Amino acid sequence: MKAGDLGELALRNLREAILRSSLTTLGVAVGVASLVAWLSLGIGLQSLATKRLSNSGLFDTVVVTQRRSLPSSRRPPAESSPAKNARPLDDDAKREFEKLPNVVEVYTQIRFPTEVRYDGNPYSTIVAGIPASAQGNGSFDGMQGNFFSGPNVDEAIVQIEFARDLSAQTSSLIGKDLIVRYAERQALPPAADGGAKGTASSDANAGGFSIVPREKKLRIVGIIETEPAAGFGGFGSGRLLIPLEVASTLRAAQVNDLRDAVRATSGKPVYASLTVRAKSPSLVEGIETSIKNMGFGTFSLLDATKNLRVFFTIFDMLLFIFGSLALAVATLGIINTLVMAILERRREIGILKALGAADRDVKQLFFVEAGVMGLLGGILGVGFGWLVGRAVTIGTNLYLKRQNLPSADVFFVPWWLVLLAIAIAVLVSLVAGLYPASRAARLNPVEALRYE
Amino acid sequence: MTTGNGFAVRADKVSRHYEMGAAVIRAVDDVTLEIRAGEFVALLGSSGSGKSTLLNLMAGLDRPSGGAIFANGRNLSELSSLELARYRSRTVGMVFQSFNLLPRMTLEENVELPLRLAEVDRAERGARVQEALERVRLEKRIGHRPSEMSGGEQQRAALARALVNRPTILFADEPTGNLDSATGESIMLLLKEIQQKLGMTIIMVTHERPLAERFADRIVALADGKLVSDGVKS
Repeated sequence: MKAGDLGELALRNLREAILRSSLTTLGVAVGVASLVAWLSLGIGLQSLATKRLSNSGLFDTVVVTQRRSLPSSRRPPAESSPAKNARPLDDDAKREFEKLPNVVEVYTQIRFPTEVRYDGNPYSTIVAGIPASAQGNGSFDGMQGNFFSGPNVDEAIVQIEFARDLSAQTSSLIGKDLIVRYAERQALPPAADGGAKGTASSDANAGGFSIVPREKKLRIVGIIETEPAAGFGGFGSGRLLIPLEVASTLRAAQVNDLRDAVRATSGKPVYASLTVRAKSPSLVEGIETSIKNMGFGTFSLLDATKNLRVFFTIFDMLLFIFGSLALAVATLGIINTLVMAILERRREIGILKALGAADRDVKQLFFVEAGVMGLLGGILGVGFGWLVGRAVTIGTNLYLKRQNLPSADVFFVPWWLVLLAIAIAVLVSLVAGLYPASRAARLNPVEALRYE
Repeated sequence: MTTGNGFAVRADKVSRHYEMGAAVIRAVDDVTLEIRAGEFVALLGSSGSGKSTLLNLMAGLDRPSGGAIFANGRNLSELSSLELARYRSRTVGMVFQSFNLLPRMTLEENVELPLRLAEVDRAERGARVQEALERVRLEKRIGHRPSEMSGGEQQRAALARALVNRPTILFADEPTGNLDSATGESIMLLLKEIQQKLGMTIIMVTHERPLAERFADRIVALADGKLVSDGVKS
């Protein structure tokens, strides 16, 4: 029989037993809904966790340093020096990193201590430069006010705890100005006696630098609740965030400047470290290998992401098994429905065979009926699962709000899960239809025609 | 189509035995029968004589325990399940005592069913259904369901369904068994008309000797599974 005819006959048969077909389909839908709900909970939690971690800058970045020789027992690690013939971490190297596949950006970390003056009072804090790309990585989701209006604007975003130091009414800070006092590096000309030769500084000038106090007025444009990219590889414990390009033009003296001043070996500017950001944590390993092959030292928390992935894979698998239990029960429902249909339609099967239906046609007819129930149940189940997810998300957020915690999407239904759930529903239904379909196909037409 | 030598169906020492525990029921026992193309043959016998079993064997609905049945040039015993289904679909038409129409389908859908099974193109189906319904004079009831038709109309509908694939052999199992005598006679007249107009071979099971004598060209009598007489009417 042709596929179109099979489909028409199967739909007609299902319509004829509408109540039983609907209940069976509903059973499949409940099973699929359970599967979708549990898996989307797992995916949602995984997404929540990885988003927070990703926002922290811990897992999608590689910190690159000049390759150092191993410290000897007589020399402390802090004084380890670049290995002989080690490539300098300069602008040429930076450009090479930028050209690597899957690299989003390469930037230097600018972080320096400062004194902030606001409303006539001094406050000590750390300023950190933030690249413009940080706006899109979720770190600043839910912030009060706005992200920087441009890469070169004299604007600042204040971390909430520092904002509380500045004012009890934190929201009133937005639009206000503050003064940042910092130490500016000013290059010195090279020494005439050649004493500085071979020990050129990391600054643009090989002759070292002097420190000059400076001030900068910045306008507060936003307040951020979390500490974006705190710690390793990120913008690190900065409580006053300013555009990276602005931070760069300040030429503020940083912690490593004194050490780097005596290490540099050429007149070119050399970075203490560079942060290379990958498109995703999974791509970090490849980038790290490439950079190592280029002759630099690297560091990332790749193993931590691997463990995280393993944890969530096992977590998702357990949720899948748990969610599948309801689908297993629904499978029994399909078998029961189709076996009952065989008993009811025994004579009809006999007639079909007498009119020329092959065993294959009868089998396919029952298969299609099972498949249609699975398909409809799958589609319906995905809808139910999504509704359950929305309800749980709303409930969770109400609870979080009461606890003064930020809202979170604990459920996430990706497209692949929608397609997978429907495919599983159809597959399970077809497997459930296997026995009834074979039994129907094996019916002896003479005996079936005799059946009343 | 014939088996060769002008025979539409040929049964050669055909047996159909059923085992019921220790007992063996010989429903058809060593029957040899040759039916020529275009013949109207009545299989006559009382209940349990084996006439319906023999009809089912010749129609390809059942397989013999012994012997061979030749139809359409081939030994039906040697056909695969799929080939036997094709034989039933394309060579054979069947009419039953209880009509066996599908109650939830309209007349048109019932008659179209064998065309679906034979994978006839949709474009061709409408005309074929119309042709079959006109032949049994039911074209005006095309949208009716079996429950909305009389017994005679239902049997004519079953006849249209049997004819729609243009078979060469028509098997009828007690086609008038559920009908009153007047309606039964109209069905028999229709069968005779079809045989004469289309040159179709008709093999009919009946237990009504007068009906068989009046319409069949040949009467084959069975008793206890054995062929007891085979007479061509003069």
